[in-house]
Amino acid sequence: MTTTEIQTVLKKFRNDKTRLVDILLEIQSENGFISKQKIETIAEGLDISEVDVEQTMSFYHFFSCKPRGKYTIYLNNSLVAMMKGREKVADAFEKELGCKFGEVAEDIGIFDTSCIGMSDQEPAALINGKVFTNLTSFRAREIIRDMRKGMEVEEMYANTFGDSKNSSKLVRSVVRNHIKRTGPILDQNFQTGKILQKQLALMTPEEVINEVKRSHLRGRGGAGFPTGIKWEFCRRATGKKKYLFCNADEGEPGTFKDRVILTEKPEMLFEGMVVAAYAIGASEGILYLRYEYSYLKDYLEDVLDKMRKDGNLGKNPAGIKDFNFDIRIQLGAGAYICGEESALIESAEGKRGEPRNRPPFPVEKGYLGFPTTVNNVETLCSVVKVIQNGGEWLRNMGTKDSTGTKVLSISGDCLFPGIYELEWGFSINTILEMAGAHNTQAVQIGGPSGALVNPDQFDRILCYSDLATGGSMIILDESRDLLKDVVMNFTDFFIEESCGSCVPCRNIPTLLKNKLTRILEGKGTMKDFEDSQNWANMMQINRCGLGHTAANPIITSLENFRHLYEDKIQKHKDFDSGFDIASAVAESCEFVDRDPNI
Amino acid sequence: MEKKVTFTIDNKECTATAGSFIVDAARKNGIYIPTLCNYDGVKPAGSCRVCTVKVNKRHLTACTTPVAEGMEIEVDTAELNDLRNAVVELLFTEGNHYCPACEKSGDCELQALAYRFQIMAPRFPFQFNERDIDASHPKIYHDHNRCILCKRCIRAVKDKDGKSIFEFNNRAKEVRIKLDDKLGETLSDELALKAMEVCPVGSILVKEIGFKTPIGKRKFDRIPIGTQETTEQLSHKEEHHE
Ligand SMILES: Cc1cc2nc3c(=O)[nH]c(=O)nc-3n(C[C@H](O)[C@H](O)[C@H](O)COP(=O)(O)O)c2cc1C
Ligand code: SF4
Ligand code: FES
Repeated sequence: MTTTEIQTVLKKFRNDKTRLVDILLEIQSENGFISKQKIETIAEGLDISEVDVEQTMSFYHFFSCKPRGKYTIYLNNSLVAMMKGREKVADAFEKELGCKFGEVAEDIGIFDTSCIGMSDQEPAALINGKVFTNLTSFRAREIIRDMRKGMEVEEMYANTFGDSKNSSKLVRSVVRNHIKRTGPILDQNFQTGKILQKQLALMTPEEVINEVKRSHLRGRGGAGFPTGIKWEFCRRATGKKKYLFCNADEGEPGTFKDRVILTEKPEMLFEGMVVAAYAIGASEGILYLRYEYSYLKDYLEDVLDKMRKDGNLGKNPAGIKDFNFDIRIQLGAGAYICGEESALIESAEGKRGEPRNRPPFPVEKGYLGFPTTVNNVETLCSVVKVIQNGGEWLRNMGTKDSTGTKVLSISGDCLFPGIYELEWGFSINTILEMAGAHNTQAVQIGGPSGALVNPDQFDRILCYSDLATGGSMIILDESRDLLKDVVMNFTDFFIEESCGSCVPCRNIPTLLKNKLTRILEGKGTMKDFEDSQNWANMMQINRCGLGHTAANPIITSLENFRHLYEDKIQKHKDFDSGFDIASAVAESCEFVDRDPNI
Repeated sequence: MEKKVTFTIDNKECTATAGSFIVDAARKNGIYIPTLCNYDGVKPAGSCRVCTVKVNKRHLTACTTPVAEGMEIEVDTAELNDLRNAVVELLFTEGNHYCPACEKSGDCELQALAYRFQIMAPRFPFQFNERDIDASHPKIYHDHNRCILCKRCIRAVKDKDGKSIFEFNNRAKEVRIKLDDKLGETLSDELALKAMEVCPVGSILVKEIGFKTPIGKRKFDRIPIGTQETTEQLSHKEEHHE
């Protein structure tokens, strides 16, 4: 890109520094990285310093200031990817290219990345933004050979496009939905525009809020905050303008339900955004879409266009007077923490995705300082059904404190991984049976930030008062090494994804990992055990939910699988310095050709 | 007129202006809450977590949380003091701090807190992280071994147009403070001095003046951190009473 071309991009975003993430994405799309020289041009055009550009850029996984190849492969390294054979695929890439992960050879770069939301079809990778699923070492070599021939990325797909909307003209991906059980959100019982036109248009915003409150609907993004109450706070907050965000950053490893909803029910989701905006009094909506799902962007834009044409978005949606509302799509650039609502807002303002201090809460002071509501994809879909059928209707489903359904993402060791929309209140046992799981050793509920649950607890039920979950459920059978494979992988994930602000969050997970390594190497003692527990306790003083839960893999496995640790520690020793003099002097002994005399 | 609120700190009745942050409100009432990333007059970052207190049983940072009517704040409890110690200990093990050789010794807030907390040895293992020293800028000597990533320099030092001179680069364990190449080149003496002053440790130094104040005459050489300001504040209050 020439300087003039960069300036054209800047102009397109009105030289607005709050659109820095969009600007960087567009400029990087040309050749996969942004040189120092381009950074200078961007800084100048936006009237900010170069470090202002760099501090945003360096935060996100998918931005680079160095070339990452004409083709860039981001291979998922999540737990489920590992379980499904990622290491063999990674090996094949490395051997075929003769370089290591994190490097570029023959203009092809290979990099790790955190869960890309494909746990039902792992191993999977993003190649120049396109999703490749069900990879094998054979496919890895084939892909590299195709790249050598200079093929277009889409020409490298080995099979037909995925099911349903995945194969539509604007998506054209090989991703499959794997919908195993449908409920009010995923069934076919939804007619575009009808609820807005026939029902919403006849209600006042207060009536909408009351209906949602009556339904006892709680947020599906993980935290479970009552939706109606959040909207009421936001409606009552004073601000010249209000914003509604849909959180489609879905980054919790093992979760992929929002991907499927976005693919199959975008109309319902956007109508839910209209409902929410009407209730809180928002004039602008932003769908924050994780970069990993950018293959859906054109398709979603098209749905928005249709809604505008049908009079359900833009000026007076559904013909409602004094109500204007439009939606734009904001792409992320690779950072799990941006799913945290205040980090999401920061990111949408073109900044580093660092969570904010609260108070003030986003409902008081959010995007650009205006009152802002952030809701999960699934929450906003549920809202449409509440408006359609009434709050009472939702309360007839689920349990007393958890009304309605939950869309679960089930993956790991089972015959039928995929999407299950179930009423709240099913026990783990029942769900395992549904998914065809056998010899289950453990289930990870709610992703790495949730809990590792042992079989004694499989009669516990999914609901906010027992096992609350954002929907990720990873099944682990007896062949898995829970400490080495699971706890370690999750801890690495949190180490990588911390924003780096808080002292405990930046340090403790690494120290815990080192402890765990010692224990796994057979060098651990009871002291390491106690230290781990005490140190993990420090995580509660971190600023945000990531920091609060980043030690959960260790804490919950210590709680529920204590014997695995106990089997590994040295019972006869109180203390082990971890220092092995024999191996420390081995190299010098070899050099002088002497036996160590220890 | 400014609205006043009443609240308690460790069961002591306190009053302060509504909306003021707990650290400041406490100080006005003669109570010191240790801070590190906080700097007077600059928007709080809430990143070091040293100022953690309990408000109505929940952990919150005193530098970012405004006081409100009826708050019950806990500051000086065994649990909280231990957490604060742990944060300071973590910082000592994360960076590479050799106090005796440091230009800032005696003026360093991290060191001063360690003395105040009477930390002998950290409970955590030293991490021996590899950090760079950047002496390439004309005025500033930037030692990343000593940086505690408090972001004070980023927030307090801006150029005349309000542009950032320092940034937070990268994320997670890899975060580093970076000085803008161009703005670093043209940095005024005044801003360079300011950067050194806001840095709580010896990470940002103006070249050639590190030992200007002799050891023994430095800020915390005789009076522990936290006592100065509280005594100042107290005498202030007494004056008012008279
Ligand atoms: C580290 C972290 C990651 C999160 N990721 C997501 C996410 O991907 N999607 C989501 O909807 N909520 C996520 N959340 C929760 C959001 O902060 C927020 O509570 C939610 O979007 C609110 O929507 P809801 O009330 O409809 O659930 C995350 C929270 C944390 C702390
Ligand atoms: S807890 Fe971790 S992720 Fe959250 S703000 Fe602090 S450092 Fe960032
Ligand atoms: S002083 Fe409050 S968090 Fe650092």
